[in-house]
Amino acid sequence: MEVCGTHTVAVFRHGIRGLLPESIRLLSGPGCPVCVTSIKDVDTAVALSKVSGVVLVTFGDMMRVPGSSRSLYEAKAEGADVRVVYSPLDALKIASENKDRRVVFFATGFETTSPLVAATLFEAEKEGIENFYIYSVHKLVPPALKALLDSPEVNVDGFILPGHVSTIIGSRPYEFIGKDHGIPSVITGFDAKDILEGILMLLKQLDAGMSDVQIQYRKVVREEGNPRAVATINECFKPSEVYWRGIGTIPESGLILKDKYRKRDITEIVNVDVPEGSEPKGCSCGEVLRGVKLPTECALFAKKCTPETPVGACMVSTEGSCAAYYRYRSG
Amino acid sequence: MCLAIPSKVIKIENTIATVDVYGARRDVSLLLMPEEVTTGDYVLVHAGFAIQKVDKEAANEALSLIKELLEKQEQEEEFY
Repeated sequence: MEVCGTHTVAVFRHGIRGLLPESIRLLSGPGCPVCVTSIKDVDTAVALSKVSGVVLVTFGDMMRVPGSSRSLYEAKAEGADVRVVYSPLDALKIASENKDRRVVFFATGFETTSPLVAATLFEAEKEGIENFYIYSVHKLVPPALKALLDSPEVNVDGFILPGHVSTIIGSRPYEFIGKDHGIPSVITGFDAKDILEGILMLLKQLDAGMSDVQIQYRKVVREEGNPRAVATINECFKPSEVYWRGIGTIPESGLILKDKYRKRDITEIVNVDVPEGSEPKGCSCGEVLRGVKLPTECALFAKKCTPETPVGACMVSTEGSCAAYYRYRSG
Repeated sequence: MCLAIPSKVIKIENTIATVDVYGARRDVSLLLMPEEVTTGDYVLVHAGFAIQKVDKEAANEALSLIKELLEKQEQEEEFY
């Protein structure tokens, strides 16, 4: 299983599936942050964007994700002040230039992104920018893998682990995969040679009966990761139980602000109580994210659900499995 | 979302580095770097932050692959 959405896209782009013998089947995992953000969280972001005086700032990936009734893109079309940025620092700049508004950064993403948001909060404190807030739906990769492995329906012989998440956290947080489940894993880079080498390393481990965490992507991944980035995350955030779309609630798998930074949590300031969202009818994103179904096995795939009119999040994000299967499908 | 690109550091001022990727320049924060960075180093950049130093040879190799990919993608899109 390739866990990371960037790998899913790279596997298609390089035509790697076509090179592999039938005995090797690549499954896409839950590593697309857009795809695992719950409908309720999207609805909350939309509701926040509608609050008077709020500027809702987001990464572009989240704009078209359908909520229960609308996406952020549609909220913007209806007049909400929704802005897309490249970096959380750009959101902080918007806050410094709009002191009379509450500027809320929709903080999505895994361990690659959460230290950036934490560092931006440091800057906000340092610069005394009081009108900068976040809505954190940050998630952690290792607890999600643990939840997948604890589920009896998931049948995986090896993991291609995310390269850039591991740049931050290193290889040690994955050791339970081998120790508790006897499954080998390789932290892998994103070009064709990296991915093929990662697969080869997995096969060699399987052949030798090993279940270690190995690093293929040595050029940027060290065993200890990036300790400064990890310390930055830990200074601002603490793990919490959160809901993953398609997977369910996983203990200690999300990040919420520590007390010291709670004043930056917009949900502490503005009350936007949205009801539990329900998954679109017939959508198989959940099974796809758990590697139980292929996108092509969903009844809506390429019929009702296309990148132009997406039903589920996995078709929206360019890194979603369904979007990748759609773009590179044959025929 | 976790896409990150190797970029060459051409100037450093306090905790901000100016980086170059194919002539495109932008400022990135060095606040998360675990080790010291000097001009000429390659760093991995994600959403406005340098997150790790990259081996120079490896960076050149990755950049030529990204360039090749972008070119291939453009050609591919012309067919749509």
